[in-house]
Amino acid sequence: MIEPVKLEYKIRGSDFINAGEASSGTKKALNRLGVSPAAVKRAAIAMYEAEINAVIHADGGEAEVFIYSDHVIIRIIDQGPGIPDVSLAMQEGWSTAPDIAREMGFGAGMGLPNIKKHSDDMSIETEIGKGTTVTITVRFQV
Amino acid sequence: MAKLHSVRLNEDKCVGCTNCIKKCPTEAIRVRDGKARIAEERCIDCGECIKVCPHHAKSAEMDTLDALKPYRYTIALAAPSLYAQFGTPATRPMVLAALLNIGFDDVYEVAIGAEVVTKGTCDYLPLARSSSRLPLISSACPAVVRVIQEKYPGLIDNLVPFDSPMEVTAELARRDALARTNLKPQEIGIFFISPCPAKRTAVTNPIGNRLTQVDGVLAIAEVYPQILAKLEKMNPDQVVEFEQRILADATGVGWGASGGEAMGLQTEKYLVVDGIHNVIDILEEIENERLRDIEFIEANSCMGGCIGGPLTVANRFSAKSRMNRYIQEALVFEAEHQDSVYKPDRDVIRPWTEMPQANNALTLDPDIFKALEKYEQMEKITHHLPGLDCGACGAPDCAALAEDIVRGLAVESDCIFKLKERIRSVAAQMSELEFEMNRHTKPAEGEQEHGHT
Ligand SMILES: Nc1ncnc2c1ncn2[C@@H]1O[C@H](COP(=O)(O)OP(=O)(O)OP(=O)(O)O)[C@@H](O)[C@H]1O
Ligand code: SF4
Ligand code: SF4
Ligand SMILES: [Mg+2]
Repeated sequence: MIEPVKLEYKIRGSDFINAGEASSGTKKALNRLGVSPAAVKRAAIAMYEAEINAVIHADGGEAEVFIYSDHVIIRIIDQGPGIPDVSLAMQEGWSTAPDIAREMGFGAGMGLPNIKKHSDDMSIETEIGKGTTVTITVRFQV
Repeated sequence: MAKLHSVRLNEDKCVGCTNCIKKCPTEAIRVRDGKARIAEERCIDCGECIKVCPHHAKSAEMDTLDALKPYRYTIALAAPSLYAQFGTPATRPMVLAALLNIGFDDVYEVAIGAEVVTKGTCDYLPLARSSSRLPLISSACPAVVRVIQEKYPGLIDNLVPFDSPMEVTAELARRDALARTNLKPQEIGIFFISPCPAKRTAVTNPIGNRLTQVDGVLAIAEVYPQILAKLEKMNPDQVVEFEQRILADATGVGWGASGGEAMGLQTEKYLVVDGIHNVIDILEEIENERLRDIEFIEANSCMGGCIGGPLTVANRFSAKSRMNRYIQEALVFEAEHQDSVYKPDRDVIRPWTEMPQANNALTLDPDIFKALEKYEQMEKITHHLPGLDCGACGAPDCAALAEDIVRGLAVESDCIFKLKERIRSVAAQMSELEFEMNRHTKPAEGEQEHGHT
């Protein structure tokens, strides 16, 4: 089995200007690798939402991306406040986004549901006061 | 095989500087052996390199008036941006008459085709809404379509799926000419008077391999002097005759400048972006689904829209002010001559039968396993390069050189810093060798040496 390509990014908290760099870098890499446009799109959208969540809700974190020949695994890791009720957070429209984020057009409570929609597998590990890790798998072929 | 692009390099003028390689939005240019080279499959014909080259070494391969010769009947198609090249007292009928007089048998306004496309887009919008293809992205600028095919293939389905106003107008012109004359289709030559090389490529190598109705594309700059000369000795009767023709309305004329296309749509939820680098930023936003409340994107590769095209003559800002005047005049004309204004004919719209394909020019290898390997290597090489993005190697930045190396198109010592390192280590090896050599040869000169010590 061939080793995956690993990409790593730092995600800075409350940095709305550069938010999205990790997912757009990943998207470029997937394009370079010849992954189908539809799969690239799904991976990029799912990753972008998780990345933005780390920026808004957790004061930043890291992204790790493992690209295999037929799928990609994306992990967004933060040391933020954690999510008290994951199933509530997963509901469309549920949001605790601060006003500043709402002014920037975030906070519709659609991020996590969107990740679910665009990924083949999604898991959230979270602990109050410790942080959250969102793991997303997108397969290249349907 | 069809020419993939129309922007060309004049080797004599190129001094091998780094201006163009840094500006190219698709990183298509490399300086090799002191001359810029364009990678055919990557060039989107945006013409940024033409605009930025201080030595005027980049030009466009366009048709000339000689291309009219083989045809018995020739028709010129005037891009809306053509009008804006001429200030007062020129009017639209005057510009059209002058264009005819330089040697065509008939002229058509592409603004007419633009009206048809506007109408088609309005009709298509509800379907795009229900099939989640929003925001719709204008497909009128070929450079924008090509950048999407190459860098944002995930957005291909968002393109307005119709041929451009140029093709629609050509279709109309050919139909009319066939009905009016007894000529065969191949005896009729249709020529677009264009602000850019991208439109020429849209004819030599049509987007999505569509059949084109256009036989040649001439630069506005090429015919400008002739039109100017004809304008100066305009026959008033001829102008009157043109004033009585069916003319395009303000919606169509407006397409010449950025914002004109969106103006004609029945939605307020549009966004207008111009300049290829700005367009890329917006495409990025769309891909991240950050523009959820926008339904239509008008994107033009050139600053200011087509009036800012690389093959226009007038300064873009004065062209913009003139464009506004032509639009105002069109509005007045519309109000006064309801019957002489073109009414868009829906059945000349040319829907795409299939969407354009993704262009894989950026893919490292068709085999994903090899591509993964190359990507890994590329990352490693990038890491070892100095990260100065100086361009002295001929690639736009260090990452691009790393890519060239894994593609087998360059070597690490193309980086002058790496070369210096190599020279230093070779020099060190040399002096080591010299020392060794001296040690072996010294006994022979031993006596002399002795004498000194
Ligand atoms: N990394 C995280 N750390 C802490 N809380 C989080 C994190 N990600 C999500 N949440 C919580 O889950 C809620 C829902 O997240 P979701 O991404 O679905 O919506 P949102 O970020 O509030 O709005 P939108 O994503 O539509 O801009 C958030 O409001 C927040 O309370
Ligand atoms: S025309 Fe545009 S894409 Fe082509 S080489 Fe020049 S700058 Fe690059
Ligand atoms: S904006 Fe107009 S002039 Fe410029 S490349 Fe696009 S079609 Fe050509
Ligand atoms: Mg969110």
